[in-house]
Amino acid sequence: MSDAILEAKDLRRDYEVRRGFFGGTGIVKALASVSFTLRAGKTLAVVGESGSGKSTLGRLVTMIEEPSGGSLFIDGIDLATATPQERKRLRKEVQIIFQNPYGSLNPRQTIGAALEEPLIVNTDLSGKDRVSEARAMLARVGLRPEHYNRYPHMFSGGQRQRIAIARALMTRPRILVLDEPVSALDVSIRAQVLNLLDVLQQEFELAYLFISHDLSVVKHIADEVMVIYLGSAVELGASATIFAEPRHPYTRALLSATPVADPAAKKERIILKGELPSPFAPPSGCSFHPRCPLVIPRCKEAFPPTEIIEGREVACYRARDAVAVPAG
Amino acid sequence: MAADVTLAAPIASSAQPSSFAEFWASFRENKGAVAGLVVLSLIVLTAIFADVLAPHSPLEQFRDAVKLPPAWYEGGNWAFPLGTDALGRDMLSRIMHGARYSLFIGLSVMAVSIVCGVGLGLLAAFSGGWLDTAISRVMDLIVAIPSLVLAILIIAILQNPSLEKTIVAVTVVSLPRYVRLVRASALSEMGKDYVTAAKVAGVASLRLMLRTVLPNCLAPVIVQAALGVSDAILEAAALGFLGLGAQPPTPEWGAMVGDGREFIRSEPWIVTLPGLAILVTVISINLFGDGLRDALDPKLKRS
Repeated sequence: MSDAILEAKDLRRDYEVRRGFFGGTGIVKALASVSFTLRAGKTLAVVGESGSGKSTLGRLVTMIEEPSGGSLFIDGIDLATATPQERKRLRKEVQIIFQNPYGSLNPRQTIGAALEEPLIVNTDLSGKDRVSEARAMLARVGLRPEHYNRYPHMFSGGQRQRIAIARALMTRPRILVLDEPVSALDVSIRAQVLNLLDVLQQEFELAYLFISHDLSVVKHIADEVMVIYLGSAVELGASATIFAEPRHPYTRALLSATPVADPAAKKERIILKGELPSPFAPPSGCSFHPRCPLVIPRCKEAFPPTEIIEGREVACYRARDAVAVPAG
Repeated sequence: MAADVTLAAPIASSAQPSSFAEFWASFRENKGAVAGLVVLSLIVLTAIFADVLAPHSPLEQFRDAVKLPPAWYEGGNWAFPLGTDALGRDMLSRIMHGARYSLFIGLSVMAVSIVCGVGLGLLAAFSGGWLDTAISRVMDLIVAIPSLVLAILIIAILQNPSLEKTIVAVTVVSLPRYVRLVRASALSEMGKDYVTAAKVAGVASLRLMLRTVLPNCLAPVIVQAALGVSDAILEAAALGFLGLGAQPPTPEWGAMVGDGREFIRSEPWIVTLPGLAILVTVISINLFGDGLRDALDPKLKRS
């Protein structure tokens, strides 16, 4: 596909952590190796449980942090070798929406000032043009003109998230990282915000990197899904394919845990044992093997290579075996 | 009273209540703070209009009326309502003019400390690494020495005590509080999502520091500043008492207490009255500062 605007290859991020005063440093592999492509107008959902590295991925893509390894191409330019001018331009292309709408707006800044700020630092528009752009964007996300001079504490969670979306769009980005954008919102507001995101995606040809742990939302919004476990991508493919027929045992377990609004539907529940292992000491071989119901001796030796099976990338030795996962 | 306000407000303007109105509503609930503000205002007015209000010049010596007691005591004279000191100078006039010096010291120490403290604190928080360590350790060092001893040391290094040198010494001594406060609140603000969002939008460090983070750190600094004025006045008075602050014949309260201490048994008003002036000023500033904190600190606010 030619309209790829962001490409990540083997993206890796380690954190050095001091363990106690005399403990020396330990290395946490927050993100082990992740590759994917974002395309204009499409949504890639990243799912995984807490601590799996979803938000770290978001921080790398938005250039808040530098990757420890691998490469990230935005618009075909490798970020590692980009000149400062190119970085400044590319920074405008990627914006982020945070989970908590109560922490993502500056409490001492009016909504108008918050929307104008990206224009002040990135463009040389006159004050009058900035105001009209900001007001247009405010209307675009469904807020009223009189909200312009108000402060964030005067808004509800859903309204704040709309403001955060408006602010992110001020620089006319082409990529939006949505870090659990609706998890903090009331269920009745969720659909409104998701629909707004959908409309804006079509209007501005935005590529979304949608980070979430809520599979019902992902199913609704994603074109492609990437499942990550302990910093590694275990399955990546078209949303419909993965939801219809997950191949990785972890994906199967995740999907079986999604509630279905149909009391008649019989579902096999796969219940995983244990906890997410400590990223200080990841398990040998496949990081999922201690909890995997299909584990075979080979899983403990080496991380399975990524293979393309029936239209999705999957990293599992047993993905080809059409074995039923034992429940419980 | 409260009903009038809520009824009148929507008619007067449909806009949100201004932040000052909100602050005032919360401030005036605290009776002590309002009393502090009233007394403090009187002291400030006295200081400003000392030339007009004072019955005599603070330096003029009335040789025929030395060590006169306050007027309501036996032997007092209504020409000198609070009596005269050992050199026959009018106590009331000296105390009125002394308010100028004390407030001047308090305010200038506060202003210089805020500017330096905010600058160093933000620099430490934003730079991290060795610069942060250096600034923080120097501040720890200043705190480690008892403040009056350090102030005396600074006066000794600067030589020839004077009012200006007192201000320098007291500023250095009170600086760590501001630096630590600003650094701590800047660090906690910097971890919040709105700062990250501003960075992602391309806001550069200087603007991030002054426009995004600083306004959110200011509330505790303002409270600290209000309380810091009273500490600075006390510190300067202590230096004056020791003869290391303002020099005679300046009518500085601390120096007046120091000059009068030999008469504490025979003519106690010479020591007591300037001491009382210091006490009243410091208490009113502290009451005001406490009220300011209650009104500005959202964590203490009743809902």
